[in-house]
Amino acid sequence: MKIRNTIKDARGESALFRRRALVGFVLILLGLGGLVGRYVVLQVSRHTEFATRATNNRVKPRAIPPARGLIYDRNGVLLADNVPAFRLEVVPEQVKDMPALLARLGKVVPLDQDDIDAFNKQLKQSRRFDSVPLKMHLTEDEIDRFAVNRWHFPNVDVVPYLTRRYPLGGLFAHVVGYVGRIDADDLQRLDPDRYQGTSHVGRSGVERSYEDVLHGKPGYELLEVNADGRTQHVLETHAPTPGKNLYLSLDVRIQKAAEAAFDGRPGAAVAIDPRNGQVLAMVSVPTFDPNLFVNGISQVDYAALITNPEKPLYNRALRGVYPPGSTVKPFLALGGLELGLRKPSDTVLSVGQFCLPGQKRCYRDDTRGGDGTVDMVTAIEKSTNTYFYKLALDMGIDRLSQWMARFSFGSKTGIDLIGESDGTLPSRAWKSAHSKLPWYPGETVIAGIGQGYWAVTPLQLAHATATLADHGVPYLPRLVLATKGVGEDQRQLLSNPPEPSVIRNPAEWEVINEGMRAVITGGTGKGLNVGFPYAIAGKSGTAERFSRTTDAYNTNRSTAYLAARHRAWFIAYAPADNPQIAVAAVLEQGAWGASAAGPIVRKILDAWLATHDGVIAGATRLPTAAPVAVRPAPVAVGEPQGGAAGPGVEGLPAPASSGDNP
Amino acid sequence: MIQILYIRMRRFLRRILTRPRIDLPLAAGLFLLALIGLATLYSAGDQSFALVGGQSARFVLGGALLLLVSRIPPSVLRGWTPWLYAGSTALLVVVAILGEGRGSMRWLDLGVMRFQPSELLKLTTPMMVAWYLHPRQLPPGWKDIVMVALLIAIPVGLIAEQPDLGTAVLVAAAGAFALFLAGMAWWRIGLLVGAVVGMIPVGWHFLHQYQRDRVLTMLNPESDPLGNGWHIIQSQIAVGSGGIFGKGWLHSSQSRLDFLPEHTTDFIFAVFSEEFGLLGVCALIALYAFIIGRSLWIAMEARDTYSRLLAGAIGMSFFVYVFVNGSMVAGVLPVVGVPMPMISYGGTSAVSLLTGFGVLMSIHANRKTHI
Repeated sequence: MKIRNTIKDARGESALFRRRALVGFVLILLGLGGLVGRYVVLQVSRHTEFATRATNNRVKPRAIPPARGLIYDRNGVLLADNVPAFRLEVVPEQVKDMPALLARLGKVVPLDQDDIDAFNKQLKQSRRFDSVPLKMHLTEDEIDRFAVNRWHFPNVDVVPYLTRRYPLGGLFAHVVGYVGRIDADDLQRLDPDRYQGTSHVGRSGVERSYEDVLHGKPGYELLEVNADGRTQHVLETHAPTPGKNLYLSLDVRIQKAAEAAFDGRPGAAVAIDPRNGQVLAMVSVPTFDPNLFVNGISQVDYAALITNPEKPLYNRALRGVYPPGSTVKPFLALGGLELGLRKPSDTVLSVGQFCLPGQKRCYRDDTRGGDGTVDMVTAIEKSTNTYFYKLALDMGIDRLSQWMARFSFGSKTGIDLIGESDGTLPSRAWKSAHSKLPWYPGETVIAGIGQGYWAVTPLQLAHATATLADHGVPYLPRLVLATKGVGEDQRQLLSNPPEPSVIRNPAEWEVINEGMRAVITGGTGKGLNVGFPYAIAGKSGTAERFSRTTDAYNTNRSTAYLAARHRAWFIAYAPADNPQIAVAAVLEQGAWGASAAGPIVRKILDAWLATHDGVIAGATRLPTAAPVAVRPAPVAVGEPQGGAAGPGVEGLPAPASSGDNP
Repeated sequence: MIQILYIRMRRFLRRILTRPRIDLPLAAGLFLLALIGLATLYSAGDQSFALVGGQSARFVLGGALLLLVSRIPPSVLRGWTPWLYAGSTALLVVVAILGEGRGSMRWLDLGVMRFQPSELLKLTTPMMVAWYLHPRQLPPGWKDIVMVALLIAIPVGLIAEQPDLGTAVLVAAAGAFALFLAGMAWWRIGLLVGAVVGMIPVGWHFLHQYQRDRVLTMLNPESDPLGNGWHIIQSQIAVGSGGIFGKGWLHSSQSRLDFLPEHTTDFIFAVFSEEFGLLGVCALIALYAFIIGRSLWIAMEARDTYSRLLAGAIGMSFFVYVFVNGSMVAGVLPVVGVPMPMISYGGTSAVSLLTGFGVLMSIHANRKTHI
């Protein structure tokens, strides 16, 4: 075998190194020789070819931006369209003095400071031979004026492009969103190759969350340009791949009815199909015209939107957080059953107020003198606070928040929109993160009626209602139903698999369903079903914006006074025997949940029914109900107690609710 | 105490300036190269003195470091080697964790300046390999080869992960050259090269998509005329149109008209080729060959194994710069971030290259005396 020397052979090593260094140098010379050989090929053999290409090097590639995908509602009604327009572009390559050029150009085509700022930002980011858009959406007059003066401006061109138009204006402004001009911040995050030649990018709503699908892939054309850089011929064209069209799960008819139901009063409503999480309507009132934003909104328009006290730009459905009030009661009752704390038949005596042992402060029922002895169904029907105070106390805050978290309260629902609020689910963890004080039992008590730290978005409550309606099976709320690329025959449906049910025992669901049906047939939401051919299950909620510190509440119960202090909620699903729509609506200034927000929900249900021509498959038609179109006169309803009833809203029967609670 | 330190510092500085321990032919070659680099940069950078000034400052800094390092005897350098290697590798880890850079994590912001720790590894990796092989029986057996491969693989892996394929190749090459010069048996080299070639399909999976795109684009530049293909096509047009004699200094039309992107950095050699033609290319390559040859000569005269291997590896890795950049500009290698040494603008490569030559000068000053 090998003989191992323990002493280094210095002389031998040195000789070995010499040999290796020489071999290495020879190899290096061969490598460099090969490299020179390649240059000989390029500079001698192919010199004529490349010299010709260099002198003819007037061929420049230009990106062709892809057409943005269109957006339709579930029935193919167009919500976002592309329309041709013209813009002014500058090729910066051979411009010596850009400010002077802009000054001269400004005399022909008026330029805003906004246009110039955006242009200068984009100028820094782009290659010198790429043209940069200067002014979007030229008017006919501007195009004519430029055409006459064009010879003054060798590096400026009028270029056709596709701009976005939202034919339904404000109706979908908060959901579909809008596109805006690409600015310097966008250039940082967007792939420059994919966005060559593209001037707009999704700014909000579906336009933003589905930007990748909508955008497509640019193509390019090879242009022959003259010494000024102006195009002489198009040599080759490689077509871009347009973005995919989107089909939303929204239905224009339901959306319109929902928006109309608010009659301009600030609020929001969300309707979801509980069987699959498809969002059928999502409105936030007031709204704005998204078309204003597409080609740069003017200072005046923007200032008007920003200073409007009703905040039209604010997406209340997605971001607005409100205390849910009594709408949490059915969920809490289900938790009581699920955790084995209550049997449906367990009763509680409501005497008008509930006091924690050893504390002075008491928590009141909304009905003076209380609702008497109530079981679970009656407690939901009459919204009896005492029942839920006790239940919350028995459950304890930890189990309460754990249970409620399963309905996505306190966290994002995961809808396919950006910017959703988390809301607040009361819990020890949340309080310790926001306050140094410990958790007090009284806070558990009021958490049981959706007050205190509670804050939910309309979307969260609609999602929770849909989860409840589908027997506890949650689906991610989804706005986009399907995509369709160019050349595809079929819509590609997006899958949305269900998550495991939160309900273990199906009988428990029946109890809650019964209670929520009773709300409509005889409870706080009495009368909301009049004329509706299918059973509705619902729950009202009236949340206080301010705590009651004075007796003004008891002495002055006028609707207008209360409306300024209350948020009105109503949640419902229908048909109660086979739920296919779940709705949550909030009215920012409503005196009582059932009377103010209830009719809004009812109108959404009516519109939904109309889209099905009044017939819902798989559900039992109520025998006594008259057709939708002919509504019977309001039925006078006996008040359980002497509270002031809210007025009927817009021809709907005057609801019976005054027994609704804070 | 401080005074003594001060006096020593002054004495040291005076010695650096008055009796520099440098190899004159090598220094002259580098000086000439720097002049050519500045002249080319002046032309490629639209005759901007700002660029030339910035590059001159780098040369001055690099030259100062060269003089400084040339005073450090190789035996001292050898003592520091494990620490330098460990320190620079640790910096790579730091960069991986909190570095910043455009799309890739390469830079470390020192407040005053940003620098790439991977530049240090171009020097510390061959130092570490030489340090490891220095006391061992040469030619190296499998055990030593595996150890050396590990010493190379750690920094190379970290740099490739940044991702900076160009620097990773340079560091790997520097380490591998030391192993080659140590006399690794030819059959073992063949086996290892065979294994590496066999690994190429596997390595393909680990490349980033943009790196794959660059390789694919190189094979067919017309497939991507807007992006990388544009570089390759325009670079070849610039080189080819230069012909044998070139268009003359300041007369490169392709970069002037902005057809050639990156014409002051990675693609500056295309501007040089366009202006000075094949004759210029041959002259410049000959100058590079001279510098490499002189470096290997210094290595042969070195006193011990460590110095020999280190000097040889530094000299030979200079070749990798020239070969990879030259091939990239000529469209025969994919576009990776390897500059043309002393010609390309920017980065810290000029500084680290000159520091490496400082080590060579020191080795030259401490050469075998019996010759």
